[in-house]
Amino acid sequence: MHKYILRRLLMLMPVMLGVSFIVFTMMHITPGDPARIMLGESAPLEEVEKFREELGLNDPFLIQYGRFVKNLVIHQDMGRSYTSKRPVIEEILIRFPTTLKLATLGIVVAVLLGIPAGIISATRQYSIFDNTSMVAALLGVSMPNFWQGLMLILLFSVKLGWLPSSGFSSWKEMILPALTLGTSSAAIITRMTRSSMLEVIRQDYIRTARAKGQVESVVVNRHALKNALIPIVTVIGLQFGYLLGGAVLTESIFSISGVGRLMVESISARNFPVVQGGVLFIALTFSIVNLLVDILYAFLDPRIKSQYK
Amino acid sequence: MSQTKTLIDKQAVSINKKRRSQWLEVWRRLKKNKASMVGLFIISLLVFAAIFADFIAPEGFDDQDLYRRFIPPGSNHFLGTDHLGRDIFSRIIYGSRISLQVGFIAVGIAAVTGGTLGAIAGYYGGKLDNTIMRLMDILLAIPSILLAISIVAALGPGLVNVMIAVGIASIPSYARIVRASVLTIKDQEFIEAAKAIGANDFRIITKHILPNAMAPIIVQATLGVANAILSAAGLSFIGLGIQPPNPEWGAMLSAGRHYIRDYWHIATFPGLAIMLTIFSLNLFGDGLRDALDPRLKD
Repeated sequence: MHKYILRRLLMLMPVMLGVSFIVFTMMHITPGDPARIMLGESAPLEEVEKFREELGLNDPFLIQYGRFVKNLVIHQDMGRSYTSKRPVIEEILIRFPTTLKLATLGIVVAVLLGIPAGIISATRQYSIFDNTSMVAALLGVSMPNFWQGLMLILLFSVKLGWLPSSGFSSWKEMILPALTLGTSSAAIITRMTRSSMLEVIRQDYIRTARAKGQVESVVVNRHALKNALIPIVTVIGLQFGYLLGGAVLTESIFSISGVGRLMVESISARNFPVVQGGVLFIALTFSIVNLLVDILYAFLDPRIKSQYK
Repeated sequence: MSQTKTLIDKQAVSINKKRRSQWLEVWRRLKKNKASMVGLFIISLLVFAAIFADFIAPEGFDDQDLYRRFIPPGSNHFLGTDHLGRDIFSRIIYGSRISLQVGFIAVGIAAVTGGTLGAIAGYYGGKLDNTIMRLMDILLAIPSILLAISIVAALGPGLVNVMIAVGIASIPSYARIVRASVLTIKDQEFIEAAKAIGANDFRIITKHILPNAMAPIIVQATLGVANAILSAAGLSFIGLGIQPPNPEWGAMLSAGRHYIRDYWHIATFPGLAIMLTIFSLNLFGDGLRDALDPRLKD
């Protein structure tokens, strides 16, 4: 198991190197001179040129990339923000807990809505509940979350006045963003839980459990759900990763100061080191979440654990 | 020699007939799925609206009149007017043109590029496969909306760049699907037979492998159009996508959000249009998947 984790961590390195290369290249080809952006439009040309030399922007592309990777690996340095002049990593780390909290709440909402709905749908296949929840799930997948967020604000903040329309410091402020972010994932988890459960409850051992007189709730929760969990956990893990990335839109709607909003603001301000750092950081988190999900399989299914050796 | 040729021709005709009858069978199964037919009907309406927008829309998409700002939905303006006095219904009709264009072209970019890469990786295997698929892993390590945002940040906003960004962000999923299909098909006997009669790799991939791997690609593409429209609307919502005055639904929604407290209709209807489009594409895509592979049902 340890070997497997170590191997996966080692495999993560070339992937992250690749991500850093792609992101660095994209930011490199973006029009706009970083030295000019930092010094301002009115700065004299000589000063800009001197600054370019200091930043190493006149060096060939690969040298610049090599320096970026070296600073990143050795000093965990992603450069400095053009606007605040603070280290990018600091800017990201200040906001990351908020994004993480938002994504975690989103996935909690998704799991709490999705798994029970999926289980009930599967155990009562083709019932009114099943049909309704499947249509609701399809609507949930089809609803743009930024629109859903606005509609929630319209209903709960503007019309009813129950919940605030922005911020993320109190639990009241967290409800609408978490619902907004979690709905589409809830829909995906519902569909996956239903199909995975349907596959399992047709198995012989479920029939056996029922035949020996086992209580239905034990049959469903202990026998069926446990065996249907692998694909569900995969989807939850993937969704959590997507929520970290997808938080960009939710943070913009509810004016939440997270990594996503920082990135959007940085794109508008052409603050490229922050954009670059933000993408790298979220990609790393996304990859680690995927790795954790793979490790979790081993605890859910001992057969998988034996394959990891 | 001529006998062998006649035999091959006859076989080709029978394969073509079989393929045609397979698609007819798929269509027959699809027709039985009511939800899927509803989806197809709505998609057809949207395509119709997009093509004939000039005749359907009561006004132009940028006909401003500041004397009639914020008019609520009613008889004069079916869905009301926005903050610049433009007719929202007309803008939504014209917007279908942009959304469908983005959806289909972005999926086209992704399917052709991803499909080609996947086919090459699956067919040739070895180092080439490894290189292509590791590259796809790298792209998959970045959440797709974030990748699209980064690409648009690099290329700049605008219709073409949004299509490219959304298309590139979707390449890995097509590469994976096509590669998996190619791997299951390439060792079958008819491929061996094609090799034996001297068909080159290009012919084998395009004439024999890809037509047999179409089912998952078509399903992915249908659902992919929905995702592409959603991503493009998301990009426009945060100001990185299609720029005003173009009536892109996400951009309309974004403009309307500032007035949501007093004028709910400006942001509500473009969002409904997006939802209806994605919903119908998902309905159709789900039905298509079931029709192409009934084993996947449930």
